[in-house]
Amino acid sequence: MHLLDNESAGHGSRPGAFTKASSVPKILANGQLPPPSMDHLDELEAQSIYILREAFARLKKLALLWSLGKDSNVMIWLARKAFFGRVPFPALHVDTGKKFPEMYAFRDRFGKEWDLDLKIEPCPPIDGVDPTLPPAARSAARKTEGLKWALTKYGFDGLIAGIRRDEEATRAKERVFSPRGLEGGWDVRDQPPEFWDQFNASPPLGAHLRIHPILHWTEADIWAYTKRENIPIIPLYLSKDGKRYRSLGDQDITNPVASTASSIDEILTELDGTKVPERAGRALDHETEDAFERLRVAGYL
Amino acid sequence: MNMILPASVSATPNGTTRPQVRIVIVGHVDHGKSTLVGRLLHETGSLPEGKLEMLKAVSARRGMPFEWSFLLDALQTERDQGITIDTTQIRFRTRSRDVVLIDAPGHAEFLRNMITGASQADGAVLIIDALEGVRDQTRRHGYLLHLLGIKQVAIVVNKMDRVDFSADRFKAISDEISAHLIGLGVTPTAVIPISARDGDGVAEQTPRIGWYQGPTVVEALDALEPARPLEQLALRLPVQAIYKFDDRRIVAGRIESGSLSTGDEIVIMPAGKIAKIKTVESWPVTPLKGSHGAGRSVGITLDRELFIERGDVIAHVGATPRDTRRIRARIFWLHDKPLSKGDQILIRLGTRESRASVVAIEKAVDPGELSNEETKAIARNHVGEIDISLAQPIAADPYQENPRTGRLVIEVNGRIAGGGLVLSVDAGQRAVPIDIVPVESALRPEERSARYRHNGAVIWLTGLPGSGKSTLARALERRLFSRGGSPILLDGDTLRAGLNGDLGFSAHDRTENIRRLAEVATHLARNGHIAVVAAVSPSAEDRAAARRIADNSFREIYVATPAEVCESRDPKGHYAKARAGTLQAFTGIGNDYQPPARAELSIDTSAKTVSDATDEIERMLAESGILFDELVDLAANI
Repeated sequence: MHLLDNESAGHGSRPGAFTKASSVPKILANGQLPPPSMDHLDELEAQSIYILREAFARLKKLALLWSLGKDSNVMIWLARKAFFGRVPFPALHVDTGKKFPEMYAFRDRFGKEWDLDLKIEPCPPIDGVDPTLPPAARSAARKTEGLKWALTKYGFDGLIAGIRRDEEATRAKERVFSPRGLEGGWDVRDQPPEFWDQFNASPPLGAHLRIHPILHWTEADIWAYTKRENIPIIPLYLSKDGKRYRSLGDQDITNPVASTASSIDEILTELDGTKVPERAGRALDHETEDAFERLRVAGYL
Repeated sequence: MNMILPASVSATPNGTTRPQVRIVIVGHVDHGKSTLVGRLLHETGSLPEGKLEMLKAVSARRGMPFEWSFLLDALQTERDQGITIDTTQIRFRTRSRDVVLIDAPGHAEFLRNMITGASQADGAVLIIDALEGVRDQTRRHGYLLHLLGIKQVAIVVNKMDRVDFSADRFKAISDEISAHLIGLGVTPTAVIPISARDGDGVAEQTPRIGWYQGPTVVEALDALEPARPLEQLALRLPVQAIYKFDDRRIVAGRIESGSLSTGDEIVIMPAGKIAKIKTVESWPVTPLKGSHGAGRSVGITLDRELFIERGDVIAHVGATPRDTRRIRARIFWLHDKPLSKGDQILIRLGTRESRASVVAIEKAVDPGELSNEETKAIARNHVGEIDISLAQPIAADPYQENPRTGRLVIEVNGRIAGGGLVLSVDAGQRAVPIDIVPVESALRPEERSARYRHNGAVIWLTGLPGSGKSTLARALERRLFSRGGSPILLDGDTLRAGLNGDLGFSAHDRTENIRRLAEVATHLARNGHIAVVAAVSPSAEDRAAARRIADNSFREIYVATPAEVCESRDPKGHYAKARAGTLQAFTGIGNDYQPPARAELSIDTSAKTVSDATDEIERMLAESGILFDELVDLAANI
């Protein structure tokens, strides 16, 4: 595991799993199939790489949304694997200005170390946001507005986002390639069919697509992969004084959970036993039963 | 027997070693899919803390009794309408594996979402309301599971409490749905009576269904196997892109089947250009050594600069897909506007896209209806077989040879509108645009099946001359006829005297001989008869072609009598003539017979009596869903 304050972060040798991972099995003498040559993480990785390459091949102007959290860091890692070292499109950080200092330090360091084409876009002030939303959701909706600004400014036709089905019931309904309307909205009632890894990649003129390369991962998968690949993380995820952050958002609407997990191994053990949802510390999920869905329909991640 | 345990029992800190199996739950609207999922999560201790209480509070606030289905119907809109709109995925654990449950909507309006969910599944649970029984959407979903290539299907008969847990009612539904699925080539792995609302039969048996001896839903789920990468098939690497980020020219893609290594000699299809793999590139470690198997996303460099582009398929020399501009496919259609002859469409097969036009439409039906009335266009949510002409050559396989490169989707106005299986490639070898209008029989297949007590089939007996094919075929014909069936013998030599009188014994003529036999036999099978074909058919490829023509109704029997025995029998005196040099091109002497690798049955007639061998064939036909009488017993034993 690498921490931000660990000098070897970002380079360093990797565990042996990768180099010995691929050997093609033969049919054994008794006619039985041999055990699979790919483990669960290998399969997740291969699928995500496939999706990233499809997005790059089929869209004209892509950006990857880098929220600095564990999921989008895994996503950047996967993009580097997909494209042999360097991410060939910008990493976009839509900045609310209210992230934790550790997150900004992480961004400044790894934006350089990973040789990212980093674009930082500010969000509009809170006055410009739908006043009928509950307070935390309204605060988060600033990010949606910031995203719209960035879309207009750069003309991206595809945004790669690190959401996962297991995070939240609304996200479970997402497609891998998810069309957005001209206003960035999500029409959950009229999602196109998507099967056999064939994706709808033709957004109408002026609209854009969300691409979700890690939709099929779980929180535990993210940590297991982070550990295997030695991907650096923000130390806020690890327990300090009996608390840690499971999910990182804006300082004022994100709370830590009680935890003694001070390493990725301990996080995995903790996740194995927990029944507390990952976004329990995210205030906006709990204000009203449909607040999160309303945000997503309007274009939130 | 596996019991469900709470998630906390199975600590797997690295999260990588447990097999994961994806299961879709399908069926008619309101038959209880979401309720079953809610109940499964509860019974397996998989619910997040507070979720049940929150939903109970939501129900109370709305003045409704608590519904398990609220758990999945998390969207506001769905709670208002009381139906599941989209597909949702939920995870839980059994002792032996991680289960991803995909809940798919039953409402016909949302079939595209059902397909989106089901296409990701390794196995399926088809749920049926005990009171309502098999409905149109039940049949439609059953048909789509077949088209999506899902072979493992467990049937759940829900709401048994509404029919007083009647064993008779259960058996009636079980028989009806089993017959429907077996007719499609899908054999149910279990048929389970349950009450999802009360919990009977979900995780444990209760006295109310004491008459039922089979597995619970949880046990049936535990028995479904994860799909495996297709490493045993020939290499297929569809090209996603060519990257030139530095001085390397990397060909990137995912290996859909087979495996590759540095130094392999490969062919780039459809152009047929040959090269060698110079390196397998990766990051952060590169280049990689060793062999790379199906499922991996890879990047390779080649030993020479060739024109290669997205959509090409890389294969090994000698085992390539076909290049074609004509494809025949069995598809489902999801677009509002029906698909008609002459329509211009976009085909996606692997990473290739090509403009195409629909040359012909056949067998367009609503898979939900029993009557199966054929139409000229394929309407929304219907299925059919189409002949497609492509604007450019593409590389493809029939789906029976390779399920990954043997399936396609159809796009209309930039949106996926349908998809299906490649039945055959190069239909274009035939003369093209003559307007033929096939006339269908006045009788429906079910009418004949009901009278004959069997489905239509092509029984293909292959083996050396003198191996006993004709003897077995005649005995089988007599046996099937005695039980009220309608068998028809198609003997290779008999047909050569008439229909195939223009053919000799060159490789080309032999191929054509087999094709005609297969077409005639398939025509009979489609009309409910059992065609018993006795033909040496030495070429494995010709027999594979026959299998493609007859599709699910094909049953191959290898009459594997040793060559010496065949020659000693020599019923037609051919071996003697061939030895004497007076009969040319005779299969039997020499090594030109290619024995089947995957026959449904293999029989050595020197080791058993004709009667025993016929019994064996009859048993195989019953077990593989051709003969009916056994079916009832099978269902009773589940």
